[in-house]
Amino acid sequence: MHKLQRIQDICCDKCWHDADKACPDFIRCLSEGPLCHKSESCSEKRKTFFSYASRHTLTRPVIFVGAGTCGLGAGAQATLNAVKQYLELNHVDAEIVEVGCIGLCVAEPMVDIWLPGKTRVSFKNIQATAVPPLLHSVLVEQKIPLEQILGQFEADDSLTPWKGVPLLSEHPFFKPQKRWVLANCGVIHPSHIEEYWATGGYRALEQVLGHHTPAEVCEEIEKSGLRGRGGGGFITGKKWKFALQTPAEQKYFICNADEGDPGAFMDRAVIEGDPHRVLEGLAIGAYAIGASIAYVYIRAEYPLAITRLKEAIAEAEKHHLLGTNILDSGFNLHIKIKMGAGAFVCGEETALIHSIEGKRGMPRPRPPFPAISGLWEKPTVINNVETLANLPLIITKGASFFNAVGTTNSKGTKVFAMSGKVCNTGLVEIPMGTSLRDIVFAIGGGIPGNKKYKAVQIGGPSGGCIPEQHLDIPIDYESLKTVGAMMGSGGMVVMDEDTCMVDVAKFFMDFIQRESCGKCISCREGTRQLFQIYERITRSHKSEKGFDALDRMQGIMAMKQLAEVIKETSLCGLGQSAPNPMLSTLRWFPEEYEAHIYDRTCPAKVCKDLLTYSIDPDHCTGCTLCSRNCPTHAIQGVAKSAHVINQNECIRCGSCDEYCRKGAVLVQ
Amino acid sequence: MIQLEINNKQVDAEAGERILDVLKREGIHVPTLCHMKDRLPTGACRMCVVEAEGNSQLIPSCAYPVAEGMKLHTHSQRVLRARKTIVELLLANHPDDCLYCVRNRDCELRGLAEELQVRNRRFFPTHTKTEDSKTDYSNLAIVREQSKCILCGRCVRTCEEIMSVSAIDFIKRGSNTRIGAAFDQGLGASECIQCGQCILACPTGALSEKSHLDSVRNALADPRLTVVVQHAPSVSVTLGETFGIEPGKDVEGLLNAALRKLGFSHVFDTSFTADLTIMEEASELVERIQKDGKLPMMTSCSPGWVSFVGEFFPEYKENLSTCKSPQQMLGALIKSHFATKANLSPDAIFSVSLMPCTAKKGEAHRHGDVDAVLTTRELAALIRQSGLDLNALTPETSDTIFSERSSAGKLFGATGGVMEAALRTAHHMITGKNLANLEFRPARGLESVKEAIVKIDSLTLKIAIVSGLGNARKLLEEIKAGLREYHFIEVMTCPGGCIAGGGQPHQTDLAKIKARMMALYQIDKKATLRTSHENAAIQRIYKEFLGAPLGPVSHRLLHVHHQAEVQTEQ
Repeated sequence: MHKLQRIQDICCDKCWHDADKACPDFIRCLSEGPLCHKSESCSEKRKTFFSYASRHTLTRPVIFVGAGTCGLGAGAQATLNAVKQYLELNHVDAEIVEVGCIGLCVAEPMVDIWLPGKTRVSFKNIQATAVPPLLHSVLVEQKIPLEQILGQFEADDSLTPWKGVPLLSEHPFFKPQKRWVLANCGVIHPSHIEEYWATGGYRALEQVLGHHTPAEVCEEIEKSGLRGRGGGGFITGKKWKFALQTPAEQKYFICNADEGDPGAFMDRAVIEGDPHRVLEGLAIGAYAIGASIAYVYIRAEYPLAITRLKEAIAEAEKHHLLGTNILDSGFNLHIKIKMGAGAFVCGEETALIHSIEGKRGMPRPRPPFPAISGLWEKPTVINNVETLANLPLIITKGASFFNAVGTTNSKGTKVFAMSGKVCNTGLVEIPMGTSLRDIVFAIGGGIPGNKKYKAVQIGGPSGGCIPEQHLDIPIDYESLKTVGAMMGSGGMVVMDEDTCMVDVAKFFMDFIQRESCGKCISCREGTRQLFQIYERITRSHKSEKGFDALDRMQGIMAMKQLAEVIKETSLCGLGQSAPNPMLSTLRWFPEEYEAHIYDRTCPAKVCKDLLTYSIDPDHCTGCTLCSRNCPTHAIQGVAKSAHVINQNECIRCGSCDEYCRKGAVLVQ
Repeated sequence: MIQLEINNKQVDAEAGERILDVLKREGIHVPTLCHMKDRLPTGACRMCVVEAEGNSQLIPSCAYPVAEGMKLHTHSQRVLRARKTIVELLLANHPDDCLYCVRNRDCELRGLAEELQVRNRRFFPTHTKTEDSKTDYSNLAIVREQSKCILCGRCVRTCEEIMSVSAIDFIKRGSNTRIGAAFDQGLGASECIQCGQCILACPTGALSEKSHLDSVRNALADPRLTVVVQHAPSVSVTLGETFGIEPGKDVEGLLNAALRKLGFSHVFDTSFTADLTIMEEASELVERIQKDGKLPMMTSCSPGWVSFVGEFFPEYKENLSTCKSPQQMLGALIKSHFATKANLSPDAIFSVSLMPCTAKKGEAHRHGDVDAVLTTRELAALIRQSGLDLNALTPETSDTIFSERSSAGKLFGATGGVMEAALRTAHHMITGKNLANLEFRPARGLESVKEAIVKIDSLTLKIAIVSGLGNARKLLEEIKAGLREYHFIEVMTCPGGCIAGGGQPHQTDLAKIKARMMALYQIDKKATLRTSHENAAIQRIYKEFLGAPLGPVSHRLLHVHHQAEVQTEQ
């Protein structure tokens, strides 16, 4: 009698799977089979084993802790320790699973509890101190503390739902979303391959290897309308076809996980939460173009993602889903991880290729495009993480299922990393064509603190800002361009009335002039000049000497023309889109620029150098708090009479405003 | 064949051709900065952008292939505006010290500013003196004035792609990007072999030789010193160019006259010690072959190559000939034999050499004997500064003691010349007779690697000639892998040999290099004394002073042990 210890063990003597030989139906056979022979008992044995292995049937409570990088930042490690400690102290037999991020950053650290026979329940903001009462309540008293509840998962036949607990899928943050790429993030154990199998994982790979030619796969993906999610938005299937049609002894496939836009973190979350999905996508892509070596180019700043990826690759190799002769199809794929050193420009594909080759990450002119001549001058396709994560779904459900969602030219969903002045910060996956208003106000829950919406910065340093009058714009590649923004990789920063748009543009200009590779003159010198123009606009006239004022005006006059030259002459996408943050803020918020340039004030009161602090004599009671706390002794006055700020001494640190209890300090 | 339209005119081009090449053929000038002929384009400077109808970007003509039906505009308002803006941006980050600059006469950036009519400063000056833009004097031969660098990358590509040395590369990021050596140490601490090809590649004054002009002028003005000078074989066929004389004209006589006018008391010809090198080196080769010495023997007259072997192929150090280079041989003879004959203390002699080479500065520093080395560029500056009109002088001969030279020695100036000269003498050494035809064709021409099998009596010599260190590296690696086998290899650091050396004028191009080479061949063709061993002055100095080739005096004065040399250098 064969006893199943591991999922790949054979069920009886008729089963011919062994560690070194996989059959084309390996996955279905092991999880739903056996397929090679008929046997009720074997089938039952497999089903039961798989049900436990994939955690579909529980024998003891499971406690999930959201321990992605974002969760850890919010204190998940302490939470995790507290859970362990509680279980140990109270001799509770329960399993602890570290999962990735479900996407609702504002609710971190998150803990899910799944009792056998009941549905799984999510709790929000569980810091270490909140762990013992929570576990006591759920595990011992079988009661759900409603104040910490986020929601419960959908029930199925074998599970009883908790009464009075709302569904997680009905939560306003999750309800409007369409979670295809993020489906498993925060739900399953990231690197346990059985759990990914249980959600339908690796079926797509099995399908393409067993039943489709590379050309058919390219065709299907092109038909789906999938476009690159990394920024450029090139049609994925088309790019693959170029590489497929270029004859070469060796081809390469590269997964671009060098996520560098400020405020973008979806690729990290996908790799940390569901690395097998990315690997499956990578294998499908590699098969479609005929590549036998693939690289994952990932930033070294993502240690957890790298660990998860390594674990997942090892698991997949163990199960013959990567490596030599995958699923007995004759297709080989070896995946190497290449860690990037954190240069923003290395997200640009030719710079990325140089980096893998061991050279300095600097772009080169295209053509030739990498699909024709890329890594080591061989045909190379580079797709970003999110693009790859879409592939398994397109293969299993078909191109028409995928392209039924979205707009004319933008199909499927897009993940955005929403941050800034919005209630529900986190990862949001929406169908293409969803309006920006829905994202910010329905999913994001609007602007906190009753503040007014000002803009959304979308697309990172290459993107632009979308003002209130365009809030109803549908999110897709083309529409965003009409308002001077771009999809980019999906960073989305919400800004309220306290944000100075000149300051925002200055921030991005500073970022670009530091992160430009320094190769082409227009980008290297041009962005430095643009940044200097911003520095002068946001500087007080008091610090101007000699011809500084003239220089400042001259810079402002040259600004737009310089931006155009940078756009039209720069070597790579980084330079070509570098002036976008400036052009879009200039387009939608000209009055803020005018205030800075002509009135030399900052309406949002952000640009410190332009502020004037004064004391309203009608409200000042002469308590002397401000003058005692002024670091430069700029505030004069006697007790119980109104004080005065000496503007020549004031360094605009704002401490008087902080200390004043009467609201007598005026900031203009 | 495809058709495209350039400035409203139909033009034919080959598919795959780059736009810039088509424009050149059509006689349309488009400015470039980072472009290097026959090198893969990097598309860094964006000066060569042109407007292609239907493309929102301006496209770099150096990197972009032509396409059927393309409609290009090379000098539209939009294009000119972009080019001008780029130059303005460069100038904003460039010190305004053209009047003090070594490239005052021929700076490409200055030329572009003029061409594009830059007349206003629209952008903020950003060239503040920081630690980052310090001038690097650490190298014995090359000065890097970083503030003048416009990051076109030509030096980096030359160093890496042509010389395979890679001493410099881009470092730092964004607007802090600059060119630096490993670990941001000075060039002197790097693997730089001082060839100076980067100086020829540089469009601005960011790279120049370490000038010895001041010390030469001071010596000439010092009444206690006897200032003597030697000039290398390739200098006389190049110098004329800088004075408006057509390329390829030998101005040896005028050079001698000019040098005497400048105040040098004796003018010697380095070709004399080239002949002497041949005597020593041919003897060494014969000895190595007969006594089972280290083979292949490799020439040692090119100091960049000698440093290259020490730096990258130390296992081949003993394959280098132990002969000093002609410069150092003459330097040694001046301070010994000449000093005795002229009744001077060696300390009272200031010995100057005029070289097409920057690495010779380093070599002179390592071995001593030569007090100052001027490149061809510095020589031209010295002549000009002294108000001499080269064209108005009467040709003179050089001083006899070390000047009688064979044309074989003169051939040292071009790639293959050492080999040709050595074979002429080796043949005589072995057979006692001269070759029937002295001209050895396989050694001639500008091909990067030349090889031949030479039969002298019963001896079969396999030889190779290589110039350009990138080519030398390839050859050496093939030898190491056992794919090639030779007895004797001539290596010149610079592609084409000394006529294309790193100390030659900035406007050196392929046509000029060819003209200089032809000039050397002409000199040889017309000469009556065409072999080193027949040089009476050489025979005399062996009789009077040196004894025999490889003898004890030769050994002391004319040879080095390279292994030791490289160790002391480090």
